[in-house]
Amino acid sequence: MAYLPNIIFAIILIAGIGYFVKNVKTLARNIRLGKDVDVSDNKSQRWKNMAMIALGQSKLVRRPISGFLHVVVYIGFIIINLEVLEIIIDGLFGTHRVGLSVLPISVYGGLIGSFEVLACLVFISVVIFWIRRNVIKLKRFWSSEMTSWPKNDGNFILYFEMVLMTLFLIMNATDVHFQSLDAGNTVSQYIASWFSDFSENTLHIIERASWWIHIIGILVFLNYLYFSKHLHILLAFPNTFYGKVKPKGTLDNLEAVTKEVKMMMDPNADLFAAPAEGVEDEEPAKFGASDVQDLNWVQLLNAYTCTECGRCTSACPANLTGKKLSPRKIMMDTRDRLEEVGKNIDANNGEFVDDGKQLLGDYITNEELWACTTCNACVEECPVSIDPLSIILEMRRYLVMEQSAAPTELNNMMTNIENNGAPWPYNQMDRLNWKDE
Amino acid sequence: MSESLNVPTMADFMAQGKQPEILFWVGSAGSFDDRAKKITRAFVKLLNKANVDFAVLGTEESCTGDVAKRAGNEFLFQMQAVTNIEVLNAYEVKKIVTCDPHSFNCLKNEYPSLGGNYEVIHHTQFIKQLIDSGQLKTANNLYKGKRITYHDPCYLGRANNEYDAPRDVLKETQANIFEMKRHKGTALCCGAGGAQMFKEPEKGDMDINVLRTEDALETKPDIIATGCPYCNTMMTDGVKAKEKEADIEVLDIAELIANAQGL
Repeated sequence: MAYLPNIIFAIILIAGIGYFVKNVKTLARNIRLGKDVDVSDNKSQRWKNMAMIALGQSKLVRRPISGFLHVVVYIGFIIINLEVLEIIIDGLFGTHRVGLSVLPISVYGGLIGSFEVLACLVFISVVIFWIRRNVIKLKRFWSSEMTSWPKNDGNFILYFEMVLMTLFLIMNATDVHFQSLDAGNTVSQYIASWFSDFSENTLHIIERASWWIHIIGILVFLNYLYFSKHLHILLAFPNTFYGKVKPKGTLDNLEAVTKEVKMMMDPNADLFAAPAEGVEDEEPAKFGASDVQDLNWVQLLNAYTCTECGRCTSACPANLTGKKLSPRKIMMDTRDRLEEVGKNIDANNGEFVDDGKQLLGDYITNEELWACTTCNACVEECPVSIDPLSIILEMRRYLVMEQSAAPTELNNMMTNIENNGAPWPYNQMDRLNWKDE
Repeated sequence: MSESLNVPTMADFMAQGKQPEILFWVGSAGSFDDRAKKITRAFVKLLNKANVDFAVLGTEESCTGDVAKRAGNEFLFQMQAVTNIEVLNAYEVKKIVTCDPHSFNCLKNEYPSLGGNYEVIHHTQFIKQLIDSGQLKTANNLYKGKRITYHDPCYLGRANNEYDAPRDVLKETQANIFEMKRHKGTALCCGAGGAQMFKEPEKGDMDINVLRTEDALETKPDIIATGCPYCNTMMTDGVKAKEKEADIEVLDIAELIANAQGL
């Protein structure tokens, strides 16, 4: 029975990682529901973007306060996780602080000491984040799309981090042997004094409880990611890699349209020709997007990467002037619908069964789409290279080309272009009149 | 109302068996909008003053299709693009300059994959080149000491990362340049992009151009400078909405330089 804790630990670890892997598979499957898109170009620029924007947090620090706090939490998160390695080895093999037996005390103490300082800084940063959300009530955290689950989700993540950091420090503070070394207990020595009246046995129980709750907490948090807005800690890396590398003003030219236009412009094309023999009847291409499957997989990856920080919305000219459009809501809606479609597929043995719903109309309204000025402020703001504008455009394409549902004034404008090559009703033959006016 | 300008067309050049150095793409706004036509004329005066070997397409030019594309009508956009590309390629056009950041973006970034490959520059970049090469010299100090704030057009700034050329040109006027709180990458849109120019705004608390004008008014400007005909219209309307039109002018950078040249 001496191995019971090791076995329990192994089971918990395998279950925790196993469930996470299962959800990652679902995530990957859902993203692949999107259309294919060629992102094989500009490899070196893409690596550079990932290094600068995700790893280097270059866009986050444009807003200095939240940027600085985020960098603290980010560095803390990465470095403190080295400690998880020791916890896993200890848990599996029944050792205690295995690091001490392989590293000189000074090195081990240096490491743990820096973890403790970081844990403290992370705790403070997270408390400030919480205050910004709940006491100062920054506008971007109180928009109409930030009620109920999205609002709670943001706070839960902060609580999680506070609890994990606290457990880490208590675990160290109540470890009598570790405290007696007096190396690396930079912060926990002060916490240890709060426990000075406790018996060694009680301290041991508190230390063990903190240790277990800490590692279980980490595994729970790992599995919470998929259900929360917090996936950005993983997806920011692929998302910045696959993000747009062309100038922001470039919108892709729809290939399906190019084919048709070329055919129309080709004087030798027989528009009524029967398809060549052996060629399968191709389903006519659908122009634009009315649902998530019409978007490309990078756009769906964007949706899962969004952590709902709302910088996009806080810079959106339409949103700033009270219009319904919020680029963040576009991303949240896309993800919610994608999750719904994914669950539908899971419930129907791998086949999507029409549920009478779609992204357009049931989630995103025409009014939101027509409020966009395509100014790219949201794209510029996003700290992880999400492109809400590309989704808005795809849906406008559907509205205009599949449903002829543009606002009347825009239909007039387009009729003018068709008739006389200008958005206004002026004769093309008058195009040079300005030189004599 | 004013003198006729010397504006050769590509057809004129072809008739003489010649090829101009650069094509000036006027754009629909620059051709038909009363306010934008003044910008077009100011820019042509600069081109002539600097002895630039240029031509326009004139009646052979048609809408780039940019606004249709952003409204979602990809089909109409590509029809326009393919038609324009046929004309441009027939004249073997290599280099294009335009006063409209929307045409600039569309010709530069969206025509290549449809077969239209040109070197495309914005008129603020071109004016800077003319000044740098000495072809244009700043003549008088009409604007010396004036307070100017520059509004970044989205399709020049964020869309194509050109923030410096218009500012460098403005410095030539010896005016004092004041930046708005939101400028360069964080500049607020004037409200005209994405086909908004041609429709009523969706329901909201205020119009975007008024909010942007408020940004500009904070700098207490004598002049709001822009580099886009649509921004010009929106900011002019914003200044009117704030009843400041007696005190504040909205001018394109080409107009500022042309005025400073006494043209």
